[in-house]
Order: sequence, then C-alpha cells, then structure tokens
Amino acid sequence: MAKRLDINDLNLYYNKFHAVQDVTLQVHARSVTAFIGPSGCGKSTVLRALNRMHEVIPGSRVEGSVLLDGENVYAPGVDPVQVRRTIGMVFQRANPFPTMSIRDNVVAGLKLAGVKDKKRLEEVTERSLRGANLWEEVKDRLNKPGGGLSGGQQQRLCIARAIAVQPDVLLMDEPCSALDPISTLAIEDLIAELKKDYTIVIVTHNMQQAARVSDQTAFFNLPEVGQPGQLVEIGETGKIFSNPSQKATEGYISGRFG
Amino acid sequence: MTESTNSEWRSAPPGEAVTPPGEAGSTLVGGPEEPVSPEPPTPPEQPGGKKKVVRLGDRLFQGVATGSGIFVVSIIAAIGLFLLVRAIPALHANEANFLLSGQWRTGDPENMAFGIVDLAWITVASSLVALIIAMPVAGGIALFLTQYAPKVLARPFAYVVDLLAAVPSVIYGLWGALVLAPVLKPVALWINGTLGWIPIFADGNVPANSGSNVFTAGIVLAVMILPIITGVAREVFERTPSAQIEGALALGATKWEVVRTTVWPFGRSGFVGGAMLGLGRALGETVALTVILSYTFEGPHYSIFDAGATFASRIALGSAEFNNHLTVGAYIAAGLVLFISTFAVNALARWIESGSGKGKK
Ligand SMILES: Nc1ncnc2c1ncn2[C@@H]1O[C@H](COP(=O)(O)OP(=O)(O)OP(=O)(O)O)[C@@H](O)[C@H]1O
Ligand SMILES: [Mg+2]
Repeated sequence: MAKRLDINDLNLYYNKFHAVQDVTLQVHARSVTAFIGPSGCGKSTVLRALNRMHEVIPGSRVEGSVLLDGENVYAPGVDPVQVRRTIGMVFQRANPFPTMSIRDNVVAGLKLAGVKDKKRLEEVTERSLRGANLWEEVKDRLNKPGGGLSGGQQQRLCIARAIAVQPDVLLMDEPCSALDPISTLAIEDLIAELKKDYTIVIVTHNMQQAARVSDQTAFFNLPEVGQPGQLVEIGETGKIFSNPSQKATEGYISGRFG
Repeated sequence: MTESTNSEWRSAPPGEAVTPPGEAGSTLVGGPEEPVSPEPPTPPEQPGGKKKVVRLGDRLFQGVATGSGIFVVSIIAAIGLFLLVRAIPALHANEANFLLSGQWRTGDPENMAFGIVDLAWITVASSLVALIIAMPVAGGIALFLTQYAPKVLARPFAYVVDLLAAVPSVIYGLWGALVLAPVLKPVALWINGTLGWIPIFADGNVPANSGSNVFTAGIVLAVMILPIITGVAREVFERTPSAQIEGALALGATKWEVVRTTVWPFGRSGFVGGAMLGLGRALGETVALTVILSYTFEGPHYSIFDAGATFASRIALGSAEFNNHLTVGAYIAAGLVLFISTFAVNALARWIESGSGKGKK
C-alpha cells in the first residue's frame, strides 16, 4: 500500500509564470512529510503536481518527474485519472459533495472505480469513517447530506473519502486552516494514526503543527518577489526546527516559531 | 390584491427610515463628496446639513425603486383584471362548457359556443414536444460550453446560440412551414408508420404527410426556446464551485464523472427552471405557430400529427371577427387562460431557479 515518492528536478509553470524551480526531494513511505514556507512560495503547487492536479489548471505545465515507488507518474501513457486514484488529496477547505449523503460521499471514489458490491461499500463506509474518527458522530445519519455537517466534521468526511480508496499516498493542503483548535487536534491525532498505513504529505502554516505531526520537514522559500519558489532544505523535523543548515530556514522558523 | 400590496409598500418606508444610519453607511461615503467638490447643489438642502442630503437621495432612490415595483405589479394586475372583466360577459353568453368543450363558434354573438379543450391540447402538445427536444440539446450544449469546449471556441459558440433568440418569430414560422415541414415529411411518415400503434403517434386529424402539424411546430418551438434554456443552464453550470470539481478530480473522476457528481447535481434545479422559462415562452408563441399549423375543423385525435390552433394562434387568427364585445370576450377568455398558465409556469420557473444552490454553498 504505502509507497514512497521521489521528486526529481520538478519545475512548475502557470502559463509563462515560472512558479516553482528545481525541486528535488524524497518522501518516505509510512511517514509524514511537512511542507512549510511563506505564502506564495509554491507549496500547494508542488503538492498538486504530485497527483497530477496541477495540470487541470488551463495553461499550466510540468517539467521533471515524480516517481511513485520508482514509476514516473508523468511518464507518457500514464492516465492522470489512475494517478489520482492512487494518490489521494485533502483540500484546505472541506469540499464534500454537499447534496450527496454522508455514505455516498465516503464511497464516491470506490463507486467511480466501479465497485458496486453493497456489502463491500457498507464495510468501507464504516472502516473509513472510523479511520477518520467520524463514525461515532455520524453513524445514525449516514443518509443525511454531507453538506449538513460542521466544518471540522466535513473535513474529516473528506479525509474518510480520501482513505476509502486506500491510496498509496495521502496529500493534505492545510487541512486544519479553517478549523477550530479542537477539530485541529482531532485531525492531528488522526494523521498520527494514519501514518501507520499511509504515506502522508502535509502543507501547513502552523509551525507547531509541523513539529508535532511530521517526521521530516521541507522548507520552501521565495528568493525574491517574481522569482520562482525553491526548496531551501529538507531534513528530519527535529533537526530542521532545532538546528537548520540554512540561514533562511532559521530566520523563518525563529520569526514564526520563537 | 393591488390594494393590500400598496398599503404594505406604503407602510414600509417609515419603518425603514428609522434604521438608515447603519444601512446608509455605504451611501454616506459617496454622498458627502458631491456637495464638497462643486458648488452647493441646491440651496434648500444646505441648512439641513449633509446628513439630510444623503437621506433625500436614499428616499428618492427608495421611492423610485418601490414606485417602479408598484408600477409593474399594477400593470400586470390591470391586464389580468381587464381580461377578466371582458371575458365574464362572453362566458355568460357561452352555450358550451368553456373548460370541457372543443368547439369554437363565436361569429354570432347571440349564439356562441366555445371551449378550450382543443386549444389546450395543441398548445400543450406542441410545447411539450419542444421541451422534450430542447431540454437534452440545451443541456448538452451548456455542458459542452462550460466543461469541455476550449475558451476560444466556447465564446463564439455561445454567441451563436444566443443569436437564435434574435431571429424574429415570423421567420421561424416561414422556415418551419416552407423548409422544415417538407424535410420532416419522411420522418413523420416513418414515425407514424412504425410507432403508429402508440396513440400519440397515430394518425392525426390531418394526413401525416401534411407537415403543418404539432410535430413540425414542436421542433420549430424547440429551436426557438433553445437559447433560453441554454443560457440559464450555462450560467448555473458555470457556477459549480471549483472546490467541488477539484474534489471529484482528486478522487480520480473522469471529465464525465465530474459532470455527473458535481456539475449536474449543482445545476439541475437551475436547468429545470430554465426549461420552465422556455416552456412559458413556447406556450405563448403566436406568429410562428399561426404560420405553421394548418387550420382544420376536425377535432384533434390526440396525436402529435394533429393540426389545429393554439390559444395564441386562435386569437391571432380570429382578429377578423373582433367586431363586437361578446365575440372579442370569447377570445379574451382564451387569452386569460393562456395568461394564467404562462404566469404560473414562469412563477414556477423562478421558484425552482431560486431554489438552485440552496443548502449547497
Ligand atoms: N491558478 C493559478 N494561476 C496562476 N498562478 C498561480 C495559480 N495558483 C498559484 N499561482 C501562483 O503560483 C505561486 C505559488 O502559489 P502556491 O499556491 O503554490 O503558494 P503556496 O505556497 O501554497 O501559498 P499559500 O501558503 O498562501 O497557500 C504564487 O505566486 C501564485 O500566485
Ligand atoms: Mg497553498
């Protein structure tokens, strides 16, 4: 299941705008990798390039390669739809399908993949909702629309939806930024739980969160306004926060963290 | 009804006049600049201070807005009232059952017998044929334009569809009668021949090869209402939140699956509302159908190969008879029914459309 990602010389463009330059990094299986850095430095852009969501934006372009356990997801002939089924994504703002029932939301990915077996869908619904720590709260209203849940519940529903298809990798773009502290803690606990089975990449603006949940941390920066964003360094989280090798990292972390 | 609306409107302004300080805030920002830059606009406003100037503007705007609202509502009410007042004497003189009879004998005011059944059938049948054809086509075009077509193609294409609305309906009538009807003849004969055992495709009250029947009329109407439905559908489909579309894509949805899981559920009610607007237009269409549908004295066979008159085309055809109050009243009674039904359909359309996106964020 859980697979590693090797990102090599990734360059990302929006039309003519060079958004991210020369990113090379490794994401280990069954661990949490955090992306941190100032706003606009390209964290989301890199994250979206990993499951080929970058290319849905008209005019966008990708150079370089992303290897999922050695297989390039950008190799010719690879179907992006297939890539997205194996690399799941949770967005900054919870986006359940509002009119679909909670149950249908959870199994939406499976249904897209053609699974029809009622019993299997039923099992996956419960397993995924338990996995997302949402089961107890919604088990009595699985047929109610997903749009009727609270923000935190909706985000956990989206996580359930993403893990229902048992992806190889789970990408999370600021999953807690719209949530209250209690929901945030619930999701952080969940991430700690999920990393036993999944490879997780999480973008966060919250240093404490990065320090709490991640095993390794990648710091991105913008050398100058208008320049493409770059990966400054990546390392074990404890080391990045206590003893970074780059001045820029130290400045960013002490400015935001200390 | 008009009076109660009036009194409501009248009582509203004083109630709201107490609240403005908070609400008028936005106007206050723009307001004071006017008196400052040029000379004082009008002397009487000066002594009252700046605040009063703004209030006056607000009042004026509110007055104009409510005034035009009342104006429109009362015009509609006046039309309804006019139709009703003129129809009642004719309905009293009617020797047939207005709602259940199919005949239309109105020439002699002393001896009138008229009913709306046949008119209603032709009107509803041609409109429904139009709707059944136009809805999938319009939905398809709207989905194509909003989800599939590249931007460079979408804009001119949308413009061309909108152009369909600019063609005068008499042109549609001529096109339907002279161009489309002959083309459709073999199609009509084939449908009638193979599916004739279904009553709706059975022989009509004119030969199936005549072309001037509900079938042709419905297809022409479909083209006429296409831009209305497409326009509304395009708008609602475009408003699908991109977060939802991306959510579906990230789950591994193909383009079509994205449409099915997000765009369609989001836009469905708006699309149906648009179809209802189109239906309202089709029900009231006059000139095109007057040109296309042939006239027959035989009652309908409740087939799409029937000919006859719709409410609107009956009224248009009857203008030669408009020489006395009672005869005119009979036509007006038919017009009243049309007025009420299009009004109801339009209201339904607005209601459905306003419900679109509710509880969907
Ligand atoms: N759809 C887009 N079209 C054009 N440019 C974009 C688009 N999305 C992002 N960009 C640009 O790409 C650069 C990187 O954006 P990105 O969203 O990846 O930053 P980020 O690090 O995620 O920032 P934040 O922390 O604020 O989310 C920015 O300069 C941004 O303006
Ligand atoms: Mg971002």
